[in-house]
Amino acid sequence: MTNTHTGTVLADQGSADAHRPAAVSVQKLSKRFGAGPFAITALDAVEIDIDQNEFFTLLGPSGCGKTTLLRLIAGFELPSSGTIALQGEDITALPPHRRPVNTVFQSYALFPHMTVAENIGFGLRMLGKSKAEIGTVTERMLALVQLEALAGRRTDQLSGGQQQRVALARALAPAPRVLLLDEPLAALDLKLRKSMQLELKSLQAETGITFIFVTHDQEEALTMSDRIAVMKAGRILQVGNPRQIYDRPEHRFVADFIGDINILEATVLEARDGVATVRLKDGTKVSAGTAAGAAPTGEVAIAIRPENLRLAGEGESATITGTLENLVYFGAASNLHLRLPTGEDLVVRVPGTFAEGRYTPGASLGVSFQPELTRVLA
Amino acid sequence: MSAPPQNPALAAAIASTTRRERTTRAALLAPALLIILTISVLPLGITLVYSFLTPGTYGGVTWEFSVNSYLQFLFDRDIFDDTLSFNPAYLSIYLRSIGLALGATLGALILGFPTAYFIATKPREQRNIWLFLVTLPFWTNLLIRTYAMLLIIRDEGIINTVLMQIGLLNAPLTILYTDTAVFIGLIYSYLPFMVLPLYASLEKLDFNLVEAGYDLYANRLRVLFHVIVPLAKPGIVAGCVLVFIPGLGAYITPELLGGGKKLMIGNMIAMQFGASRNWPFGSAAALILMTLVILVLLVYARAARRKEAVHD
Repeated sequence: MTNTHTGTVLADQGSADAHRPAAVSVQKLSKRFGAGPFAITALDAVEIDIDQNEFFTLLGPSGCGKTTLLRLIAGFELPSSGTIALQGEDITALPPHRRPVNTVFQSYALFPHMTVAENIGFGLRMLGKSKAEIGTVTERMLALVQLEALAGRRTDQLSGGQQQRVALARALAPAPRVLLLDEPLAALDLKLRKSMQLELKSLQAETGITFIFVTHDQEEALTMSDRIAVMKAGRILQVGNPRQIYDRPEHRFVADFIGDINILEATVLEARDGVATVRLKDGTKVSAGTAAGAAPTGEVAIAIRPENLRLAGEGESATITGTLENLVYFGAASNLHLRLPTGEDLVVRVPGTFAEGRYTPGASLGVSFQPELTRVLA
Repeated sequence: MSAPPQNPALAAAIASTTRRERTTRAALLAPALLIILTISVLPLGITLVYSFLTPGTYGGVTWEFSVNSYLQFLFDRDIFDDTLSFNPAYLSIYLRSIGLALGATLGALILGFPTAYFIATKPREQRNIWLFLVTLPFWTNLLIRTYAMLLIIRDEGIINTVLMQIGLLNAPLTILYTDTAVFIGLIYSYLPFMVLPLYASLEKLDFNLVEAGYDLYANRLRVLFHVIVPLAKPGIVAGCVLVFIPGLGAYITPELLGGGKKLMIGNMIAMQFGASRNWPFGSAAALILMTLVILVLLVYARAARRKEAVHD
């Protein structure tokens, strides 16, 4: 904060320190494409606050509006309504070249008529920085992404992974306040993607820049993010850290989209203090956790991850019993597919070698639920 | 290190296939070769020979070797003492033609670029309609289109009538039979040759690059000159070549719109075969024009090759 207007600055300094403005604050943001009866709502009154230095991920299936939200923050599109603020400053109507925000494009969008170094220096050149400064920053960026040896290469002579790093260095070079990443790893093969995930994460910690990352890959989102916003049909369903999103999903869609999960229909009998007692379709009573502050009633669903289910041993009491239909082995674990008396399917995950030769299809298996790992979904 | 065992049947089959391929290739090439020989190489040879002969009194040539035609291009021969004195009259026609063709090329580029960009940014299914509209003038003969242009820009034409009716002008603006008329006519005639290659370049442009430019603090103008123009360069060069070369040798446009007073190279050459009855000089002038065109093409080819070399 500058002290040019001492009086007013001093007056609100205390409160400014207490509430450091969010890196990006999006209020009631809507975007409709087209007009009249053919209009498509890509974003529907979205609200989020993204903190400084946060690795924030927008996660959702294609067409959920995550890329539209990113493009609105970058300024490539104007919203139909709502506001976008950057560190407390309203940037809703600013054109992209006047927003201190840079984008890493899915296709990288490197300038083919420029060398690697020229690409990285482009933003600074457009900002009117001196040759010396552009040179120093470019060197530093090349070192950051370990491409010093390729500074003079043309971008079409680079591998996909190298192009990705150049795109990253180019977007980081002007030191943006927020870096936007639009599925930047989608074009890389699996192994490279895994190593880039870690690299991106450490780069974010190193530079201290707020990252907004768009992906449809839930595993990627869980590995890299400080917080995740799960989106569907232009709305944000749930925002939370990876553990909250994975362990305590609040919507059926969030539960289903992230990882594998069993969903069973149920009726609420009683709900109190974040715990509900529900009755499954066959009459079995089960306890399950509810979303904070929610008091579900009537018809609901309960969700439980396959790895959170336990097979009941000899003589142990089981919550529910099912018939083994199928056993799928995939290395580290095996999935047991059970058919329940309710007619619903239930998948139980057991360690890889555990199930070998022990169960045959048609066997009757008891399964116990742990209430703290079972969730009630609206 | 023994050679693989020879299979006589296989060797014969390979030989016959090779022979057949050679015959097929020759047969496919023959029509094109014949056409190039009879309507391009042969006339060019005749022109070259004629340029070194002496003009006949009533046109045609007499078979006496002479380099006078080439000397005449730059010098006047004194009729009394045969001394040569420098005469820039013909050279100035060439320079004027080059100037007009360059001007028309620049004009077509400035007018054609936004047009091509406009078409390239339309939805794919609409682009064909716009391209069709660009090529629409080719459906009518150039001579007729040039006459139409003449009717529009003359003193009593639509432009002057309208401007005088609405009171913007008191006296008609004289455009016809000036350099301006030739300039306008050349741009009009060759604009599609600029728009089409520009479109071909711009259509391939990845618009993510344009967004990347905006994202990296370039305003519209800077995105245009730092991103779009460099990437459209092959189209710009091709369009300029396609407008400059026919513009340089234009005949109908300067004949009709320049009124035959403002000569360009094409009119001067035609005149040598007509009224001036100096076929050898006409031939020499045509060959000098062709040399200029080849030089331009060489520069273009070198630029294109350099670009490729960089890309490899």
